[in-house]
This record gives sequence, C-alpha cells and structure tokens, in this order.
Amino acid sequence: MKTALLTSAAAIALIAGSTAAFAQSRDTIQIAGSSTVLPFASIVAEEFGAVFPEFNTPVVGSGGTGGGLAQFCEGTGDNTIDIANASRHIRDGEREICTAAGVTDIREIQFGFDGIVFASAASGPDFALTPVQVYKAIAAQVVVDGELVDNPYTNWSEVDASLPDQPIALAVPGSNHGTREVFQERVVGAGCEEAGLPEGLSEDAVEAACTTYRQDVVTEISGDYTETLARLNSDANTVGVFGLSFYEQNTDTLKVATVNGVVPSKQSVATGEYPVSRPLFFYVKGQHIGVIPGIEDYVAFFLSEAISGEGGTLEAAGLIPQPADKTAEVLAAFEAGPTQ
Amino acid sequence: MATTSASTSPQTAPERTRLIRAGLRRRHRSETIFRGLGMAAIVLALGFVVLLFVDVIRKGVPAFVQSNLHLEVFFDPAVIKVDPAPQTGDFASPAEFQAASLAWQRDVALLNWNRIIEASLRAKLPANTQIDTRELLTIPETNARHQVRELFVANPALLGQTVPVDVLASANAANWIKGNIDRSLGDAQQQMSPAARAVIDAFETSGTVSNGFAWSLFTNADSRAAPAAAGLLGAFIGSLYMMLIVIVLAVPIGVAAAIYLEEFAPKSRLTDFIEVNINNLAAVPSIVFGLLGAAAFINYLHLPISAPLVGGLVLTLMTLPTIIIATRGALLGVSPALRQAALGMGASKTQMVFHHVLPVTLPSILTATILGVAHALGETAPLLLIGMKAFVAQVPVTPLDQATALPVQIYLWQGNENRNFFEPRTAAAIMVLLGVMILLNGTAIFLRSRLEKRV
Repeated sequence: MKTALLTSAAAIALIAGSTAAFAQSRDTIQIAGSSTVLPFASIVAEEFGAVFPEFNTPVVGSGGTGGGLAQFCEGTGDNTIDIANASRHIRDGEREICTAAGVTDIREIQFGFDGIVFASAASGPDFALTPVQVYKAIAAQVVVDGELVDNPYTNWSEVDASLPDQPIALAVPGSNHGTREVFQERVVGAGCEEAGLPEGLSEDAVEAACTTYRQDVVTEISGDYTETLARLNSDANTVGVFGLSFYEQNTDTLKVATVNGVVPSKQSVATGEYPVSRPLFFYVKGQHIGVIPGIEDYVAFFLSEAISGEGGTLEAAGLIPQPADKTAEVLAAFEAGPTQ
Repeated sequence: MATTSASTSPQTAPERTRLIRAGLRRRHRSETIFRGLGMAAIVLALGFVVLLFVDVIRKGVPAFVQSNLHLEVFFDPAVIKVDPAPQTGDFASPAEFQAASLAWQRDVALLNWNRIIEASLRAKLPANTQIDTRELLTIPETNARHQVRELFVANPALLGQTVPVDVLASANAANWIKGNIDRSLGDAQQQMSPAARAVIDAFETSGTVSNGFAWSLFTNADSRAAPAAAGLLGAFIGSLYMMLIVIVLAVPIGVAAAIYLEEFAPKSRLTDFIEVNINNLAAVPSIVFGLLGAAAFINYLHLPISAPLVGGLVLTLMTLPTIIIATRGALLGVSPALRQAALGMGASKTQMVFHHVLPVTLPSILTATILGVAHALGETAPLLLIGMKAFVAQVPVTPLDQATALPVQIYLWQGNENRNFFEPRTAAAIMVLLGVMILLNGTAIFLRSRLEKRV
C-alpha cells in the first residue's frame, strides 16, 4: 500500500512537472471558426500533413465565424489559435477586440466563394423564391397598403400566388454564423429595400423593420447544417438555409429553390448570376508566423492551384474557385505583411 | 381462527370469514397492482433500451463493412519522374540527410499520383467503357493516391513494377454499393454520375470491388479529405490518455482525501463545510467543470488547447467528488470491531487504516473508480469548452498532442455533411463507445465479485 501511495505521488509530481515543461511548446497549427469553411480547411489540413512530412497536420475546430474570431482575438501565444476561418469579413468591433488583446497583425486570405441556397425536403413542392418574397414571409412587420403592420401571412401562397400552399417555416443560421449575415444582407435586406417601406421612417426604424424576424416561423440554428437538416426531417414544411456545398452532398434528400429564377450551381455562383453568394476567408495571426512552424507554408499550399484553383481538390469538395489573379493578389498581400 | 375470536366479536362466523376474505382480496389486489406497475416500469425501461440499441445497431452495422477496390498499380516511370531517393551514405551529417530526404519526399508528394490511380482503374474497366477522368476518380477514395505514394516512398525500387494494392472506394461509391442511398432516385438526386455508377456495377460483377470488414474504422484517425477512411483510432487514443490521467490523479487524491476526512480529520465545522461542498460538487453539471478547465488550465496555466492532458485534468476534477463520496461510504461501512481489534493489538492509526480497513473497502473503491472513469469516458460537454471538438487528422502520440475523444467524435461525425455515409459511422462510433462502457462496467462487476469473495 505504501509503495502504491509513493508511486501515485511520484506520478502526480511527474505530470505536474511535465505540464510545466511542455506548456510552452506547440508545433501544430491550430485553426477554428466558420462551419462553412470547416470542410475545406480540414481537407487542406490533411493534404498539408501528407505533403509536408516535416509539419504536423493542422487541427481544425468549428464554432462559427463569430466564435472563431472571438477565439482568434483572445490574444497571442501558444494557447490561442493561429488561424480563424470566416465566411464573412472581420467586423470593426472584432478588430478592436483583437487590437486590445494584442493581436495587431491580422492577415486576411480570401480563397473562393460559396453560394447560399434555400432547400426543402425532396418530397415537397418546388420553390422559386425572390428576396422580396422571403422578406415578406419572415419579417416581423411588413408593408400592407402603405403601412407597416404585423406580418399577416401564414402560408407561402399568401405571400405570392406562385408559391406553394404550405405553411411558412424557415430555418436560418444563428447570429454566430457568417452565413446569417449574408442571408440578412443579400436576401432579407435586399427584399426589404425592394418592398419599399413607407416614407418618413427614421433610420433606426428602417433598420429594425428590415432585420427583425418573426419568431413564430423562423428557427435560428446555432449548430451546423446537419442541425438544419434534422429540422427539415422533423417538419417537412420547413425550408432551410444551407451552404451550396452542403446541399450538393445531400441531393438525395434535399430540393433546392431558385432565387430570382436562377438555379444555384457552381457555375451560376461563379458568374455572379445567382445572387446569394459570398467570398470565404481565413484570417492569419501574423504574430504567430515564425513561432508556430508551417503557417506560411499552409497559406501558400491552401492558395496553390492544385488545392483551391480551378479543378483543384477543394472544387471537388464544393468550393467555387476564385480567379487565379485574385489568388495571386491575396498571396502577395499576405507575404507583404501587415496592412495597417 | 373462527372459534378463537367468536366470543369477542358480535359478527357471525360466516360474516367474519367473508370480511377476512374481502380484506385478503383487497391486499392481494393491491399487491398485484404494485407488482404489475413494477413490471410495467421495468418493461418500459427495457423497451427504451432495446429501442435505442436496435436503432443504433440497425443504423451502425453498415459502417462495419467497407468497400475495397482491388487494383494492380503500375508505378509508371513516365509519371513518377523524381530523382532517386537520397541515401544515408551520400551525406556528411544525419541532419543533411534528413533535409534531403524531406525535400525528396515533398517532390514525390507533389507528383500527380491520380494519374497512376486512373491508369490502374482504367485497366480494370470493361471493354468499350467511356468515362472521363473526373468521373472515374470519384470511385476510389481520395487517400488512394497517398496510399500508393507511401508505398513508393517506403520502397523506391517499386518504380516500373506492378503491385496489387487494395484501396477504399469513396464514401459516395460505398453509399451506392451498400445501398445507403436510394438506388431508384433519378440522376439529379444521385451523388455519383450515371457513368461512374455503371462502372461500379461492372466492378462489382467482375469482383474488382468487394466488401470486407471495416478495419479502417479502428486503424485510422478521423479524415475529411477521405471520408471513407475516417476511423476512431485518434479519438480512442485521446480517450485512453484522458482515462489514464483520471485514474492516475483522481484515484490517489480521492482515496487519500476520503481517508483523511473519514479517519483522521477532527469532526468540526470546517470538515462539515468541506463535506457539504464535496457533495455539492458531485452534483455540479459537467459543463461547469469545462468552463473552469478552460479558465484555469488554458487561460491561466497556458496548457495547450485540444490536448488530452487538459481534458484529463477537467475530467479528474469531475470524477474526484464521486470517488471521495464512494470511498467515504465504504470506510463508514467497515465494522468498528475491526478497527478496535487492530488498535487493541497495538497498531497505530495509520497501520489500522492501511493494513486493516482499506483492504476491506478495496472492492467498493475499485467499483466506484471504474464507474467514475466510465462516466468520465462518456462525458462530452466539458471537452467542447476546452477545444477538444476540433478536427484532428493525426493519432495523438503524447497527452500533449491535440486530440478528440470518443463521445466528441460521435458529435463531430453527427455533424458531417455527407449524411448518407456518416449516419452509419456515427451509429458505429456509438456502438464502439457503448462496447467500451460495457467492458468497463463488466470489469467492475467481475473485480467486485472476485475481491469480495477473497476478503
């Protein structure tokens, strides 16, 4: 018994000692953020690990764009992440938090595009949506006869006769997701503008009218797209907001809606014909370059033609590549160093 | 019965018998009802368990089968155009050799290995099949090229030779082969192109594709680039490290704390206060321990994020109260006669505790420990808060490397976008986790019965 006690005491001391000794060394790139970027970043991380035997395979976490940037802006050092994946630009507020925590060298990498699609159960009716219809369906207050009133619509067919006679139910990404911002800006915001609010509203009132959703028909999903999919499976009337790449992996259960008459596809997003798309980014902590091995190589590898270019690995996984000269420009800006 | 009470009761004998019978019936009825309710409760509980198991097993079984492509890979010198591999003898120092070897490996990695894979697939195609490269390459999993490349790196002499290699079919091809996707759906709803599906069907007839046990599930770490090759090994090792840390830390600390509190500490307000707090801690939701761990170990002590070390420490904190409470309960249950006998024979208090009391309580402490560890094994919430839900493609070598854990892997696979492929994988991961749990609990029961017999 005595020896057992001694051994365990020694083991505790050993663990305590080793934690102190190893606390200051990390040689694996740590990434977190957007769940839209996650599949792409994970694939690049794995390929990177395979091609560069001298570096460890980077570790990729999710948490949404907001969550990833919050972690990114916690500060510098071993216990903070090196790269934040984002499906939108970093906000000024986030930059301020970053700066306050000492993260001053933030390098933005844009690597491609993703479409945002509306999809519903494959067994259900077809949807052909326009931004203004989506706005009318989900805004808390809409314009009826020139006045703002509480949203009276219960079925899509009441919003527009061309839409199916089906109760309105929409699952949208929660505010921790970058997708939400694009959805708000490109769909609801655009629809709100088109719908034409009554004259004489204050700026705040317009803002509120365009950004407040009805809580009874809109479900905010803070998890991943699979959670949205589960919502669709439990209520066949729900229309979900997904990334194009997620939809393409699940065409057997999902049916995609057209927006302004355009079917979302890699081609229609790349040409800009399909209106709801956004660039994808990741942000690199410049201060970690040279400290955590392999960051520059990871960025160069990510932007290489075989990975994110036309016909590259990521295109097969659903990414919409950006023009090669844009990529070259991004890489040059990264290598040139901090922009501010 | 009737004759003894006849004088004291005004009722007639048949009347009394009737009353007694009625009373008996009532008591029997209430007993029957209670038994029935008890049975119903058990049947209901078991029913839910069976439902869960049947559902998980039904969904998970396909994931234990993997589709393999049997190819003859020709290491074509026309494609593999690299310098010969550096040899140890050519370099002055091991460091130089290391650098040259890494550079050579990178050159090899940048070759277009897909051309080798494509050629070996085309060799197996039935005559007159028209399929373009892109469609053809959707059939093997994307890690096939790494597999072939690693063969070459390990043995550069393969250049110009033809070697049989088994590679995995891609996740979508496996969905088609195993019927995870509805085969009757139209082209627009299928993941594979019609040409690729026809080729797979032809491969099935010719035996180029066959199903086998999914060893990859147990020998690989997680993968997103090659979903068909995604396995549980990384998560399993991560969980193993955490369990070791929990056992090494929680058991000695917990048992020592319990012995001190129970046997040595004076009964005072302070010890009462400590006891109340320990009991409270045992009831604290695990996510709170996760927050605590993130604040204390990562932000303050600067331990690495996503590391099993931190996970193990958090789970240790979570398991400690359980072990302390169980050990104290076991110590309380030891007969005072044993202690008094030991003390009466002149043993010191320490000798009394370690030579006489502790051995008697060992089975209970062991059981509590194993159950505590099993509980910790299935814990997910605190791990999410210390960064252990990240995608990790490597098997952790030390507890300081980034890793996931089995329950977190279930969570991650549940969120994968290829639903047709990962729904079975998720269920399979649940089955593996349940298997480990059953093993641990079984060990607890076995050890308990063995040790109790001995004592």
